[in-house]
Amino acid sequence: MDLNQLQLPAITPNMVIIGLLGMIAVVTAIGVVAFNNPIRSMLSLVANFFTLAFIYFSMGADMMGITQIVVYTGAIMVLFLFVIMLLNLSTDSLVATKKFDIKPLLALPVGLGVFALILSQILMPFKDVVKTSAPDATATAVGWGSPQAIGRTLFTGYVWPFEVISLLLMVGIVGAILLARRRVEV
Amino acid sequence: MKDIGQGIEWLSVNQPMTLAAIRVLLMVLPILVIVPGLIWYERRLLSWMQDRVGPNRTGTITLKNGKKIRTFGLLQPIADGVKLFFKEDITPATVDRVLYFISPAIALFPAFAVAGTLPWGPGYGTYGHLTPVWGSEIGVLYMLAISSLGVYGVVLSGYASNNKYSLMGGLRGAAQLISYELAMAMSLASIILVSGSLKLTEVVKAQEGQLWGVVPGIQNWFIFTPFGFLSAVIFLICMVAETNRAPFDLPEAENEIIAGYHTEFSSMKFAVFFMGEYAMMFIFGGIFGVVFLGGYNMLPIQWAELAANAPGYSFLHFMRDLNYWMAPLTFLGKCAAGMTFYIWLRATLPRLRYDQLMALGWKFLLPAAVANFIVSASWIMAQKLWGWQGAVGASIGAVLIAIGLYSAIRKAMNKGTTAMEKRSVELSEGTETIPSIRAVELV
Repeated sequence: MDLNQLQLPAITPNMVIIGLLGMIAVVTAIGVVAFNNPIRSMLSLVANFFTLAFIYFSMGADMMGITQIVVYTGAIMVLFLFVIMLLNLSTDSLVATKKFDIKPLLALPVGLGVFALILSQILMPFKDVVKTSAPDATATAVGWGSPQAIGRTLFTGYVWPFEVISLLLMVGIVGAILLARRRVEV
Repeated sequence: MKDIGQGIEWLSVNQPMTLAAIRVLLMVLPILVIVPGLIWYERRLLSWMQDRVGPNRTGTITLKNGKKIRTFGLLQPIADGVKLFFKEDITPATVDRVLYFISPAIALFPAFAVAGTLPWGPGYGTYGHLTPVWGSEIGVLYMLAISSLGVYGVVLSGYASNNKYSLMGGLRGAAQLISYELAMAMSLASIILVSGSLKLTEVVKAQEGQLWGVVPGIQNWFIFTPFGFLSAVIFLICMVAETNRAPFDLPEAENEIIAGYHTEFSSMKFAVFFMGEYAMMFIFGGIFGVVFLGGYNMLPIQWAELAANAPGYSFLHFMRDLNYWMAPLTFLGKCAAGMTFYIWLRATLPRLRYDQLMALGWKFLLPAAVANFIVSASWIMAQKLWGWQGAVGASIGAVLIAIGLYSAIRKAMNKGTTAMEKRSVELSEGTETIPSIRAVELV
């Protein structure tokens, strides 16, 4: 591609906000795996989910963003926190103390390969894109990302996947109860 | 009044950011000012209910000529605030410092954040520019999301204190919130179905229609409708549980775990937890008012519709205008009514046991809320298909089918299992039990 022909998108306030949020999201995502203390990494995950929700908000997908907060930070992460606090994990039990291990060395090329694969998939659509393709004001006015639009899409075009997923969730709930109630013969 | 209205119109065109700042201040400042008053109100009301006097002295000024200016103890919370400010702020040695510092702030933030979507005045005219702070398309969901974040303050303070009682308080808070959040969301779901919008202003507008769609002149406040009444009861119980107030104050049960999650907090940090709790109670009163009690409308009477038919400027017109201009006071009154309910509950009911709390949440409130949701959904569907007569028949049929199904499932579930044995301890036959204890010890 000729670099001279490449038109960089103009820097708009929205872009700055998205960039900042993206940066925070990346930093907190790294924090999740980098912290030794499980509570700290969990809190980074909470912050990460929050930032993701803000990114959705900034794109006009209010419903998506608020669902992110309700489901993940409001319910799932509280459960995580609950479990982590009950387990009372100490830092020593989580950090590997072995000095040399062959496994990370073997895993490194595989991991890099997977990363390159994903990156190529992500970058491919961006090859010829010079403009950010967020919906414009008229599209938001029609109801892009609004609860009504999402509801209509879910219950018309995607009704079967939706039902199948709800069935799967139901199976998961029943399975969890079954496993929890099963008496182990000793 | 007119000048103010014109000024705001001017601001909305020329200085939208200034107007936004005013909007935020109009929501935040009243809460900050009212919270100390709430603490005084709770102490006075509680003492009145318990046949005590309560704080009635602070702020009484005696003039030179012996005359006294009484404030009925209204300055007591300010004196308490000053005291808390100047107390030594003790930070225990083994706390997790970062979390210990931010957890009171996390506990305080949801009350102010939730208040942002509450409309305290009609959405037209002057108030339309002033409220709500964020006229969100997803108001109800936003409210649920942010109010559930308050538990992070409780849980993190419990963890950061490095104290087993604090930790237990935090864990109780987390479990309690998760249990009651579901029922709360389900109870609001049927309201959303009926009002047809997640927007809180739309929810209020839906309540300004005719009662049950047929009674003229009366507003359709959701608490007057059958499904709305059930939702209101469920929501009321859940909101008490969400704010960790008596009878659901297990996270800070004094007789079991000292002071629960804020055991290790002193001085202003402790006060901030209380501020958050009281602000949240007040705001939940407002949410209840908006969702079930017609929001900023003073009485469930359609003054505007009635006045439209009346000739000249009559009493009805006067009431319509009064209803409009008194809207903020009406809203505050509804918040205060919610607060009074909280205090009344605290004076009346003893604290629940933990298993009772869980049983109430999961076995009664959630099924009731889901049933309510299903019934109101099928009502709306049936009404669309067959009109309201058909809807009545269909809902009666649906309730019968549901009861039949439930009892059938219940029967099938209970077939294999036996009822739990009755256990009793008889003190007189103590000798009987001693050998068995010995036998255990010998082994």
